[in-house]
Amino acid sequence: MHPLVQVVAREQLRSDIPAFRPGDTLRVHVKVREGSRERIQVFEGFVIKRRGTAISATFTVRKISYGVGVERAFPLHSPKLEKIERVKRGKVRRAKLYYMRNLRGKAARIKEIR
Amino acid sequence: MKGILGRKLGMTQVFTEDGNVVPVTVVEAGPCVVLQVKTVENDGYDSVQLGFADKKRPNKPEAGHAAKANAVAKRYVREFRGPVDSELTLGAQVTAEVFAEGDVVDVIGVSKGKGTAGPIKRHNQSRGPMAHGSKYHRGVGSLGSINANRVFKGQTMAGRMGHERVTVQNLQVVRVDAQRNLLLVKGAIPGPKNSFVTVREAVKKRKG
Repeated sequence: MHPLVQVVAREQLRSDIPAFRPGDTLRVHVKVREGSRERIQVFEGFVIKRRGTAISATFTVRKISYGVGVERAFPLHSPKLEKIERVKRGKVRRAKLYYMRNLRGKAARIKEIR
Repeated sequence: MKGILGRKLGMTQVFTEDGNVVPVTVVEAGPCVVLQVKTVENDGYDSVQLGFADKKRPNKPEAGHAAKANAVAKRYVREFRGPVDSELTLGAQVTAEVFAEGDVVDVIGVSKGKGTAGPIKRHNQSRGPMAHGSKYHRGVGSLGSINANRVFKGQTMAGRMGHERVTVQNLQVVRVDAQRNLLLVKGAIPGPKNSFVTVREAVKKRKG
């Protein structure tokens, strides 16, 4: 990549992103715009994938909401994210946790690293 | 007509204020130098000739032409036709600041060469079934009526594809970085990285 292209991308990178890996439980604070008002919505769940590098990096968080699995993908450096909190570290042996989609109830737990 | 010459550097993405992702092409735009100003009285039409990127070993005519504008001969020289801005005198500099955020532009470049390509890739023809005893896979189909006893001109067939002048119209300028001479244009533009491109104000600007 041309250095000047990297400069354009680097200017937008955020430095306030905590280290986290697939399997970790996150609280993602998302800015939601309703008309002219802006409020913060929290999306809490575990990370099932991280992909991409630098400005194009994204991550996907999965949670069970009223018995339905919900996945939401965020651009890692999006200005829409107020902040990311890591709640728990999870012990997993895969980089992509797609197998979690097929698990229900007790089986769909991730062991915590303390 | 407003325009500038530059070089395609590559693509990346930027976030808008409301957090949406916009794919952009980064263009190193200028600084260009005005090599010649043409007028109706002198040349039969109005236009301004810009040059971009210094030439290492110019020949004498090129060097002499550039010397009139007090400049070094340029590798990429193009004209922009139409009434000339009074600021654009011989030897004047044109920078990325001629465009502002939100402007709509056309970008002209030479597309990537694809070499010899079949009709499916080159003319978007459909392929035949690949299996079940089909003997017609990716070949050219019918060449037309048999009553004509010849093939009409312009029949789509395999051949050289790409490496031709391509204009992409109505692209939005997402950002202008005057310090680094960068233009960020929304979407893709023709050509490989490091190829020369012409950016001009859109010919078919939408009203309002």
